[in-house]
Amino acid sequence: MRARTLILGACVLLLLAAPPLATWIGQPYYIELLRRVMIFAIAAVSLNLILGYGGLVSFGHAAYLGVGGYSVGILAFYGIHNGWLQWAVAILASALVAFAIGAISVRTRGIYFIMITLAFTQMLYYLGISVEEYGGDDGMRLKVKSQFSGLVDLADPVTFYYLVLVLLLGCMYVVHRVVHSRFGMVIRAAKSNEARSRAIGFSPYPYQLAAFVIAGSMCGLAGALLANHTAYIAPAFMDWTRSGEIMFMVILGGMATAPGPALGAFALLVVEDLLAGWTQHWQVIVGPLLVLCVLFFKRGLAGLLPGGKDG
Amino acid sequence: MASAILEARELRKSFGALAATDGVSLELREGETHAIIGPNGAGKTTLISQLAGNLRPDSGQIRFAGEDVTHLSAPARAHKGFARSFQITSIYRDFSALDNVALAVQAHAGHSFRFWKAAHEERMLRDPARAMLEEVGLGARADVRAANLAHGEQRQLEVAMALATRPRLLLLDEPVAGMGLEESQRMVQFLRGLKGKRTIILVEHDMDAVFTLADRVSVLVYGRILASGTPAEMRANPEVRRAYLGEEA
Repeated sequence: MRARTLILGACVLLLLAAPPLATWIGQPYYIELLRRVMIFAIAAVSLNLILGYGGLVSFGHAAYLGVGGYSVGILAFYGIHNGWLQWAVAILASALVAFAIGAISVRTRGIYFIMITLAFTQMLYYLGISVEEYGGDDGMRLKVKSQFSGLVDLADPVTFYYLVLVLLLGCMYVVHRVVHSRFGMVIRAAKSNEARSRAIGFSPYPYQLAAFVIAGSMCGLAGALLANHTAYIAPAFMDWTRSGEIMFMVILGGMATAPGPALGAFALLVVEDLLAGWTQHWQVIVGPLLVLCVLFFKRGLAGLLPGGKDG
Repeated sequence: MASAILEARELRKSFGALAATDGVSLELREGETHAIIGPNGAGKTTLISQLAGNLRPDSGQIRFAGEDVTHLSAPARAHKGFARSFQITSIYRDFSALDNVALAVQAHAGHSFRFWKAAHEERMLRDPARAMLEEVGLGARADVRAANLAHGEQRQLEVAMALATRPRLLLLDEPVAGMGLEESQRMVQFLRGLKGKRTIILVEHDMDAVFTLADRVSVLVYGRILASGTPAEMRANPEVRRAYLGEEA
């Protein structure tokens, strides 16, 4: 357990040291890359709550990236640049959408659940395409980044980087607390053996729905960050392949582990970036790599760490 | 009967053309152990599932402590005081034995929309769970992952979970199935200790267990109760011997 703590601590230190290092070696691009990775890590951390711990295989998690992103974009479009408000709206709107999707989908199981979550996300995707006012298929630019009363300046890449890092660690901490609480025990128990849960008196539905809403709102925050990161919002945020990528980060990193989703996001996006610089057919290489990872690291990358049993 | 705690009337449940439960009526008094025996496929588990709320009967009525519970779900019945064990052991395999029982305690300790405090540190969940594990003889195994317990220990754990909900009615579906002789004797001894304190419906193939534990026995054949009475009466009943005990009367 100590070796594991040391390794994870070293990872955090590296992330803290990354911006000065990147500037020092004259590659500020890495700040951008790592920021993007960490934003997706937040999305993966949120998905892990329902997929890893709750056993709800949501194939539509990118929906909340879109809802969060468009919340920021649409408010900015009407000249509202207040970040506190924008991000609060992003989180609340995502929570509402998650509540609506969850209220229907969480009643179903297995393949039906996967298909319903996918279908709702596709609906949102086509909604994004069809609304011409907000750019339709092409999306829209975010001309002014979210403003935080002069406290945090997102236009400064390094400040923005550290904000994302803090939020990522915060989200990981929140999920860690939640899954070990009474609430977390209920959703993990329902994943483990639903018949047993019902027999001892738990109705899993309201708890699973609440977990679905928490995960959705956390991913909505990632959406707000992503909109500011790319300074651009497009329906592509909600593409089903995006949902698949987030899901893959969780599985690759290690489902139901605290560091897994973040590790998965780093592994997937950094490898993708390295290969993309080398060949435009990088997907041909990433695909088989992923298959090999799933075959050989059954507990994900987090399972490779010493003391891999997550407590 | 005024003191009947559980009353099932004319329960019927069909799967296609098969009448798995074909007009079963039962009555249990508080503190009584009622065994249901019968050949394979007689509909014993189907009957227990209807009593526990996992299956809806097609018709008929179930009353518990004077209240109609026919349309209550399994979790709702659990809160009225039902607890069951399954024929195929049903536990949380990836949780420790202690976690398993603590969850059963938690299910009856108010709502679980508590998001922050670690459940492992809640003594009001852990202490009763630990005591219950001691009671069934698993005290030393509290921190073992349930999947790594021996088969007999898993069955004990399941009973511990049922008891941890402080049930008024215990539905046990073959609690000694698949156990070795020694394990099964220990379980029977333990269940005997509950006699008179708990109301129990026991489905069991093991005749020694049935005749040791039951106050009354009902013989179920093809979804109907063929006969009902004390263990001694059942042993003497020629019809029962022919249909179930496999002897020529």
